Amino acid sequence: MTVLVGYLPNPLGEATLRAGVEESRRRSEPLVVLNMSRDDVLVDARRAPADDLARVERDVAELGVDVEVVQVAEGSDPAEVILAEAAGRGASVVVIGLRHRTAVGKLILGSVAQRVLLDARCPVLAVKEERP
Amino acid sequence: MDNLNALLGGFADVITPMNLLIALLGVTVGTAVGVLPGIGPAMTVALLLPITYGLPVEQSLILFGGIFYGGMYGGSTTSILLNTPGESASVVTALEGNKMAKAGRAAQALATSAIGSFVAGTIATALIVLVMPQVVSFAITLGSPEFLAIILVAFVGTAAILGSSRVRGFAALLVGLSLGLVGTDFVTGQQRLTFGSPFLADNIDVVVVAVGIFAVGEALWVAAHLRRKAGTVIPVGRPWMSRQDWGRSWKPWLRGTALGFPFGAIPAGGAEIPTFLSYLAERKLTKHPEEFGQGAIEGVAGPEAANNASAAGTMVPLLALGLPTNATAAIIIAAFMSYGIEPGPLLLTKEPDLVWMLIASLFIGNFFLLVLNLPLAPTWAKLLRIPRPYLYAGILFFASMGAYAVNAQPFDLFLLLALGGLGFAMRRFGLPVLPLIVGTILGPLFEKHMRRSLQTTGGDVSGLVGGPVAWVCYAFVLAVLLWPLVAKLLRRGRGGDDGPDDGSPHPPGVPLTGVAQWQGPSS
Repeated sequence: MTVLVGYLPNPLGEATLRAGVEESRRRSEPLVVLNMSRDDVLVDARRAPADDLARVERDVAELGVDVEVVQVAEGSDPAEVILAEAAGRGASVVVIGLRHRTAVGKLILGSVAQRVLLDARCPVLAVKEERP
Repeated sequence: MDNLNALLGGFADVITPMNLLIALLGVTVGTAVGVLPGIGPAMTVALLLPITYGLPVEQSLILFGGIFYGGMYGGSTTSILLNTPGESASVVTALEGNKMAKAGRAAQALATSAIGSFVAGTIATALIVLVMPQVVSFAITLGSPEFLAIILVAFVGTAAILGSSRVRGFAALLVGLSLGLVGTDFVTGQQRLTFGSPFLADNIDVVVVAVGIFAVGEALWVAAHLRRKAGTVIPVGRPWMSRQDWGRSWKPWLRGTALGFPFGAIPAGGAEIPTFLSYLAERKLTKHPEEFGQGAIEGVAGPEAANNASAAGTMVPLLALGLPTNATAAIIIAAFMSYGIEPGPLLLTKEPDLVWMLIASLFIGNFFLLVLNLPLAPTWAKLLRIPRPYLYAGILFFASMGAYAVNAQPFDLFLLLALGGLGFAMRRFGLPVLPLIVGTILGPLFEKHMRRSLQTTGGDVSGLVGGPVAWVCYAFVLAVLLWPLVAKLLRRGRGGDDGPDDGSPHPPGVPLTGVAQWQGPSS
């Protein structure tokens, strides 16, 4: 059993990671940090650079949490990748970030978070960005 | 002074709300497609050609001119931010531009390329005004044999000088010439290469060839290959430059313009060679040699200026001789033909208003581009996040619609698919696309001039060798064709241990063709 965190290289991703670490301590289960980027676009803001992922691994390990960092850079559907990883690793909880979206954004793009919330077999912890 | 008056007349014609709107649309679309690697202005103009049948000829030319200039601006954005040139003329910009971006100076790199493009574009467009009428008055005196020789120079230039391999260049040219042959012989009325099909008897429409090779070929290629990991976004602020950056940029801008314009203006030019020469010149002349390779601003300013100046220079042979020297110009020639206007030396006398209006619109488009690109560069970079499936689905839709619109015959759709397969195979085997398009468009013209010269001398071969102009052209062609052989002999004579650069038959663009081939030769 693991705690799976969907990590993004932005403040929301940091908040998600903090919640994931807490959850992993509470459940005393190892943490899996997953970063997904699509391979059918030229640049993806979701893609975390290698040094960022190394920093995440170091920081979380320093907190005394058993952590594995996974980067998936194939496929075109982050929700599917998160769900597949969660099922494959038998995750007991999935931690993802939620953000407000504009009306136009909702119209054009599907929501990764919504699909994870609806389709995951395990409980999902949704984290909001911290407001200053 | 006549030129300036005529140009002012052109400005007066252009400044109507509708025309300005079309120019704005053109440069916006041009920048967008320039930003996206693999989708160049040539493909876009080919896709839009059938859609603009409903527009008056002036407006569709303003649109195409805007797309052409816009593509040159947009290409640099991708080069700098992603190290992936949006089109082949921006390959050199990536060398220093991407280093600058990685060092956190993306804003300055984008600024110097946008302002440099504006400066070079404006100067070079002004040079068109000065040079073009002179070239026209010279070109009117030329007869068919001379034109035959000049077209031959354009053929050899696109096939042998540009690109990495002359064998591949000539192979592509031959395919293009064969496609241009299909149809009814205009002298004897014989059917050639039609395989008895009535659909082919009326020549293959250039739009179908261009859309098939550029759009469908590129879409198939992307579908087959380009699944690669996404890049990370380099954050860009609003482009700006410090006083020091200005001081280091203005000379490279002017030098780049001086290099780029003549290369664009000769029938065998193109933008790849002058951009590379400009890069070499800046590296030699810089006061900060240690910065080259780490992101020197001169290495962005010079090539970008050369790139835009050569794009403007292309307009000279296009308007004065009816000769295209790059793929976009080739499609614009096809656009002229589709409106029943014959491009060539008589264009300026027959349609002076149209020509001057087009040039005036280039000035205005250039100004729009500066306004669009300087503050909006971060927005353009967002285009790179569009998933490829959406993009190419749209392209295939427009491609099929355009090919069908030409004759309203389902046959053209099958032809489009076949030509798309050809375009895919050419990318697969590294054949350049430009010689094919130039061959298809200029092939019939070449044949016409050849038949005409032979008819005037009653079939005697001496009719092909006209006056001094033709001699110079043939000498150039021979020199280009024989140069590898001569170089080989020279090298053997000197002991054969020269540096790798010496006597190389290829232009300096060669080390970069790996990059250029990746994005498909679609400039």
